[in-house]
Amino acid sequence: MINSFPALLEGTWVTLKITFLSLGLGLAIALPLSFGQVYGGKGFRVFVVIYERIFRSIPELVILFLIFYGFPRAGIKFSPFTAVVLGLGIRSAAYQSQIFRGAIQSISTTQMRAARSLGMTKLQGFRHVVLPQALRVALPPWTNEFTIVLKDSSLAYALGVTELLRRGGYIISTTYEPMLIYLTVALIYFVITFTVNRSLKKVEEALAIPGFEIKESIR
Amino acid sequence: MKKAFLVVLLLLLVVFAFGKTYIVGTSADFPPFEYVENGEFVGFDMDLIRAIADEMGFNVKIVDMAFDSLIAALASGNLDIVVAGMTITDEREQVVDFSIPYWVADQSVVVKKGSGLNITVLFGKHNVGVQTGTTADLWVEENLVNTKILTGKFKRYETFVFAMTDLVNGNVDAIVLDSPVAEMYAKTRPVEIVGIIKTGEEYGIAVSEGNKELLNLINEGIRRLRESGKIDELISKYF
Repeated sequence: MINSFPALLEGTWVTLKITFLSLGLGLAIALPLSFGQVYGGKGFRVFVVIYERIFRSIPELVILFLIFYGFPRAGIKFSPFTAVVLGLGIRSAAYQSQIFRGAIQSISTTQMRAARSLGMTKLQGFRHVVLPQALRVALPPWTNEFTIVLKDSSLAYALGVTELLRRGGYIISTTYEPMLIYLTVALIYFVITFTVNRSLKKVEEALAIPGFEIKESIR
Repeated sequence: MKKAFLVVLLLLLVVFAFGKTYIVGTSADFPPFEYVENGEFVGFDMDLIRAIADEMGFNVKIVDMAFDSLIAALASGNLDIVVAGMTITDEREQVVDFSIPYWVADQSVVVKKGSGLNITVLFGKHNVGVQTGTTADLWVEENLVNTKILTGKFKRYETFVFAMTDLVNGNVDAIVLDSPVAEMYAKTRPVEIVGIIKTGEEYGIAVSEGNKELLNLINEGIRRLRESGKIDELISKYF
């Protein structure tokens, strides 16, 4: 049990890499999508709606299989790791785009009008006035999205990426101790989730504008 | 100029001497055939494919994935070779090409120690479990379930460890699985083997369909290792 820990930690490292890369990719796709959905023309808005409908309604495992087994037929080959990051990233982008769209729309339109009146372009107004405020609103649901991507990274084992869960599987097959190993794996996932959620909560508190916080009401 | 030519020639020689690298797929949760020890892929299958590679002068890079994904990955070109304690079946033959058999396996019938059950556990109202997609799965379904010899529950598990755990927990009366795997488990756990079903299924090394060149390399490798006694050496190492 003790000597299986290094192996589990190696798997944890892979899990973290998948999670952060996927979230990053998702963020990079989601920001322009949400920006376009709020300020863009009709054509772009329709495109975004179709994109998010598609990727929100296909099970993640199916997306992964389509990317990993489907693309080689078109002559494009991905390593399992790349396929996983792509698969998790494009789906996360669909969810994140909606998080940011909601956040941007929650910022009053008068803010944009004020920015425009100072001679800013739409993009400048978005970048310097709307986005900083919207990010504050987006942080809590985005924390949630982090947790989802972290847990779904365990699906990577089906493509042969040796992340935390698969590492656990190796150890189980030679030690014959499923309960013990799965409990350890669960604990590791829990610790990561807990730590990150706590830190993002701290960021949220640090950035909060007095009077504009999102309060959790515990009565 | 002459020097440059020589350097290029040397480089070419080095490249050719190293041979090709093939991607080998396995599912490393099936001891003693393939498992992970100290971060390395080990087991009978792993040593065998490495020995074949040495013998025939090519390199291998071993990657691991879920057993069910192996055939698909071979068909899509993500893998060149599959070595995973894989039984040669007609269904699989339609999608991939198999080498000559390198191992013949039988199935063991395993019950919980002290349960007092014997081979008759396969008849009547008992609950029997197998690992999904294995020979045992097909055999039990064909010969016991469809013929109504076995009238209890027929349970399929994701891995053999789950099957055995359920057996030890008393949720199922017997598990049918590959003999070497069963014997290894029975060494350390409270289960006993009460019978062997002589299915005589053959394990083969799979390559993508039509890759005759690679298939010939592997077949020749298996033949040579048999003659040199290397395969017997591996058998005594792992079984």
